[in-house]
Amino acid sequence: MVLSAIDMGALAERLAMDEVKGRSPWTDARIRFMRNKAAVAGMFLLIIVSAFAFFGEMFAVSTYDYIDFSRSGDVLHLGRPSLASGNYFGLDDQGRDLFARTAQGTRISIIVGLVGASISVIVGTLYGAVSGYVGGRTDQIMMRIVDILLAIPFMFVIILLLVMFGRSLSMLFLGIGLLSWLSMARIVRGQTLTLKNREFIQAAQAAGVRGFTIILRHIVPNLLGIVAVYATLLVPEMILTESFISFLGLGVQAPLTSLGDLISQGAKNMRYGTIWQLLFPLAFFMVTMFAFFFVGDGLRDALDPKDR
Amino acid sequence: MTRPLLKVEDLRVTFHIRREGDMPWTKPRELHAVGGVNFELMPGETLGIVGESGCGKSTLARAIIQMVPASGKAVWEDGVDLLSLSPHQMLKYRSDIQMVFQDPLASLNPRMTVGQIISEPLVTHHPGLSKDEVKLRVKAMMDKVGLLPNQINRYPHEFSGGQCQRIGIARALIVEPKLLICDEPVSALDVSIQAQVINLLMKLQRELGLAMIFIAHDLSVVKHISDRVMVLYLGRTMEVATSGDLYSSPQHPYTQALLSAVPIPDPAAERAKHMIPLEGDLPSPLRPPSGCVFRTRCPRAEARCAADAPRLNPGDHQVACHFPGPLAETVKAMEEV
Ligand SMILES: Nc1ncnc2c1ncn2[C@@H]1O[C@H](COP(=O)(O)OP(=O)(O)O)[C@@H](O)[C@H]1O
Ligand code: SF4
Ligand SMILES: [Mg+2]
Repeated sequence: MVLSAIDMGALAERLAMDEVKGRSPWTDARIRFMRNKAAVAGMFLLIIVSAFAFFGEMFAVSTYDYIDFSRSGDVLHLGRPSLASGNYFGLDDQGRDLFARTAQGTRISIIVGLVGASISVIVGTLYGAVSGYVGGRTDQIMMRIVDILLAIPFMFVIILLLVMFGRSLSMLFLGIGLLSWLSMARIVRGQTLTLKNREFIQAAQAAGVRGFTIILRHIVPNLLGIVAVYATLLVPEMILTESFISFLGLGVQAPLTSLGDLISQGAKNMRYGTIWQLLFPLAFFMVTMFAFFFVGDGLRDALDPKDR
Repeated sequence: MTRPLLKVEDLRVTFHIRREGDMPWTKPRELHAVGGVNFELMPGETLGIVGESGCGKSTLARAIIQMVPASGKAVWEDGVDLLSLSPHQMLKYRSDIQMVFQDPLASLNPRMTVGQIISEPLVTHHPGLSKDEVKLRVKAMMDKVGLLPNQINRYPHEFSGGQCQRIGIARALIVEPKLLICDEPVSALDVSIQAQVINLLMKLQRELGLAMIFIAHDLSVVKHISDRVMVLYLGRTMEVATSGDLYSSPQHPYTQALLSAVPIPDPAAERAKHMIPLEGDLPSPLRPPSGCVFRTRCPRAEARCAADAPRLNPGDHQVACHFPGPLAETVKAMEEV
């Protein structure tokens, strides 16, 4: 092919033009998310709650495990929430500052939620994508394993773990991690099955791209929308699970606490009239739940490919 | 005589269909999507493949590049049967055979930039190339297919259908293939844009000396671009001839029916032309008719057609029909009924 000098000049010019920046689907999603007021409010609340959870203790009069013996005998009258004493949320039944304890409990709950969600995102996404992409017998076996694990009453397993190996945070994380990825794997596998027949996957196969590269380069990025949505909805679910375990008295070990543990204590002491011991943790629990749901909902709308 | 670039012999694809709720021990039903197709493709030649939708065109194309399991042979110019290769051995040939897909947008990963999309086959087959070299080649290829090279960082959803198809063509050509398989590359495009894309393909083919398999569901699209045309029906070859022969003197009743559906721009000729309507639906490939698969819709069908299947006659103009003949005979047969 012979190009004339003029053609060459024009070609060089076109090749040297400044590159235009593209508008990625993620940018579009972010713009849509920012337009959703409830979701933005949810995110704002989450930031506040997290700030409280991670830095709140700095502003407390005492640490979460300091027992004020002078007042622990009559918490109902001496341990009311008050600005003057510095116990903004009052004292718990043993005379510990509830503000510090709520901050510490919220922190544990959020960490439990995030760890559970991260395990589910990493393990569940890879497991589901491989299962769906490879298909056939491998898929059958991998999904039957998930079915079997899902059929085991997980509460029973977690409680068994905690009883057998003692109550510890790592056991709790392990138990929750074991369970959290299962439904994620199912969802991701279903999505992968529909993605697998899209032409861009066939194009990559025809180009000779290796299977695992196709999963990482073409399947997973197109699943991330759904994964992100499901993960944000999974965080509150994990917090709820932890709360339930704590409610049974099997969660974190005293003096450490979690929101579920605090609520359970507060509910027990309600009959003594120390209602604030229930209300403050419950308020944080509910705000966190709703905030996550709003954010998850906003993400779903923002990432929904239907209106694109 | 030069060797054919690709020689396909008795290619068959059979899907085993299991219905929802079938017991594990029930035998799956067999769907013969492609039932014994033969053709030769010379270097630089274009073979058009035409047939109604569902007649196995895509399956045929995908069988050649081992994306569906097939029996028979597909012999490459070096004498190697592509269908007998392991996936690993096949890798070497994947850059020689590239494909352009039907749905322009769906064939591009929405999360990747144009540059990433076009460069994917290149970096897969030449992992040693530097980033700058890859980028330069991608830009040159974009220029060649009529895209502005400065759009390299844009995403597929920012382009029109015709531009998306140009991206798909650039991706296919970046590894300098010898054979380009175009599976209905213009069916999803507006008529005005169809011509642009076809002209682009013809120009690139001339420049690069490509052989091409061009699939379409109507004859008018393949007319200009093809040297030879093969007409498929239910996965079987009905007629193969040079483009000129097939359009001027179609011998198979199915080809004649397809051709009569193509509108002629000249109104007088359009009115004078005989329509051969295709009555009834395409039979299910799960239960193809006995004998000649076209007999349920053929105006010339006789008892013999149900009894034994016609074979392609050897020669330049191949027809699989017991009673081939010019259009006039088919029209006469139709009027007698
Ligand atoms: N993966 C598959 N599994 C089962 N049947 C298939 C599969 N792919 C195609 N078919 C069937 O094979 C036949 C031919 O399909 P296809 O090659 O896509 O036709 P065309 O491209 O000519 O429209 C159709 O009846 C279709 O239902
Ligand atoms: S063999 Fe018979 S049924 Fe088939 S196309 Fe020819 S005339 Fe028609
Ligand atoms: Mg098709």
